[in-house]
Amino acid sequence: MTQEKNIKIDTRHLNLYFHEEKILKDINLEITSNQILGIIGPAGSGKTTFLRSLNRMNELEPGWRVEGQILLDEIDIYNSELDVISLRKRVGIVFALPVALPMSIYENVVYGVRLSGIKDKARLDEIVEKSLSAAFLWDEVKDRLNLSGLRLSGGQQQRLCLARVLAMEPDVILLDEPCSGLDPISTTWIEDALTELKKNYTIILVTNNTMQAARVADKTAFFLMGELVEVGLTRQIFTTPVKKETNDYITGRFG
Amino acid sequence: MKIFGEKGVERLLSVVAFSAISALALIALFIFIEGLPFLFRYGVKDFLFSSDWRPESGKFGIYPMISASFWVMLGAMLVGAPLGIAGAIFLAEFTPKTVMHIVKPAIELLAAVPSVIYGFIGVVVLAPIIREIFGGPGLSVLAGAIILGIMILPTVISISIDSILAVPVSFREGSLALGATVWQTVHMLTIKAAKSGIVASIILGMGRAIGETMAVIMVTGNSVMIPNSPLDSARTLTANIALEMSYATGMHREALFATGVVLFIVIIILNSIASVAIRKKVIVK
Repeated sequence: MTQEKNIKIDTRHLNLYFHEEKILKDINLEITSNQILGIIGPAGSGKTTFLRSLNRMNELEPGWRVEGQILLDEIDIYNSELDVISLRKRVGIVFALPVALPMSIYENVVYGVRLSGIKDKARLDEIVEKSLSAAFLWDEVKDRLNLSGLRLSGGQQQRLCLARVLAMEPDVILLDEPCSGLDPISTTWIEDALTELKKNYTIILVTNNTMQAARVADKTAFFLMGELVEVGLTRQIFTTPVKKETNDYITGRFG
Repeated sequence: MKIFGEKGVERLLSVVAFSAISALALIALFIFIEGLPFLFRYGVKDFLFSSDWRPESGKFGIYPMISASFWVMLGAMLVGAPLGIAGAIFLAEFTPKTVMHIVKPAIELLAAVPSVIYGFIGVVVLAPIIREIFGGPGLSVLAGAIILGIMILPTVISISIDSILAVPVSFREGSLALGATVWQTVHMLTIKAAKSGIVASIILGMGRAIGETMAVIMVTGNSVMIPNSPLDSARTLTANIALEMSYATGMHREALFATGVVLFIVIIILNSIASVAIRKKVIVK
């Protein structure tokens, strides 16, 4: 592992069990600030589970147990004063399925900030414009902010979900296969947005599309059967992987 | 053992199915034939808005009963809807699934208790309590409202739970992921998304309350007058029919059928609204 400063998230000997079945095995991963970390691996390799453990979304279902540590800015997110609500405000997530909430575009974006108690209309307007612009959606929806978010296309809804997270001004953005249901053009929009966003955020991108990791990620991690096989600079992983499994996966995909 | 064969079974089942529908059609036809002519002969306005109900002198104004039915139903809503909706939210969102799967059928069992039992409890337990605390006869609009409020709970809770659970998990996850608490998610998102189902449950409850007869006869006191306070005795439309049908003849009998027509129309309207509301489970503006 490279010597880096600015470690945003650091997992130490992370083991995750679901009904006593070990899903993640001894994950040690340092995630650098203001970079995009791509996570690749076959289905069932634990990438999504890993991602969801970073803002404790796994807990919504009973039966999960965590061992080891996940440090966010050196604070253990599972065993500390940091409560899960403030954690999720700092670590936002965009899911694989683009799902707008059943309310207007405007309300979708301000949903999270309203919860934080911001009521000032001018302030909210400003947040809406800023977040939608950052998600490359503003121009398409600025004239119809009162339209239900559910009326948007899948690609637009996914960017709306991203805007919703951006409005919270989190430190970290988690993306769980955000483009799996999208057309190539929407995918490009999202990827462009991410590249722009890493200036201000730390981004973790789980993807089934290896090419996507190659395109946008600064570093790439390869998961297999619940284990972190290898992590490194994207270029190095895709050209000279250390482990045979990584090479097989990447070449298999391109084969 | 081939007695009927495929076609035979199909035909038999369709006969059974249609006989159920035709029973409904016949009931409707029957009360309309018996009631409508009187309604027009006597005058719809006089019938609905006159307070003079003296069958022996040929006076048939059902306004007191309409008013009683309305107030008892409204009271039942005030008791049943908040309890029912709160119960549904609690069971759907705050209890483990296993608990809900035990409690929900138990609540639905409330609907299986015969209404005469509710009436009995009302007379023996509730009416004396009302008499002691608030005075008055005890058998009153208030007693009817409370008993009916409890009787509609299974309807309200069961349909509300179904519509809350029909809200996609992705909405809930999206909200929680943005740092909302469970309660914030419930009141900012889930209730709004499940609104039409919850409204439907209340409307169906209203239909049930306005149509209920036995329990109401037992606890509301049945005097023909416009209730001025919740503690007054009152007679609902259903109670009026049930109490007088056994001895009514001629015009009187027709007037009771016409009362049935009014009830029938109100309940058809309520149920139609409810079924439209149920059909669109999640609101898409």
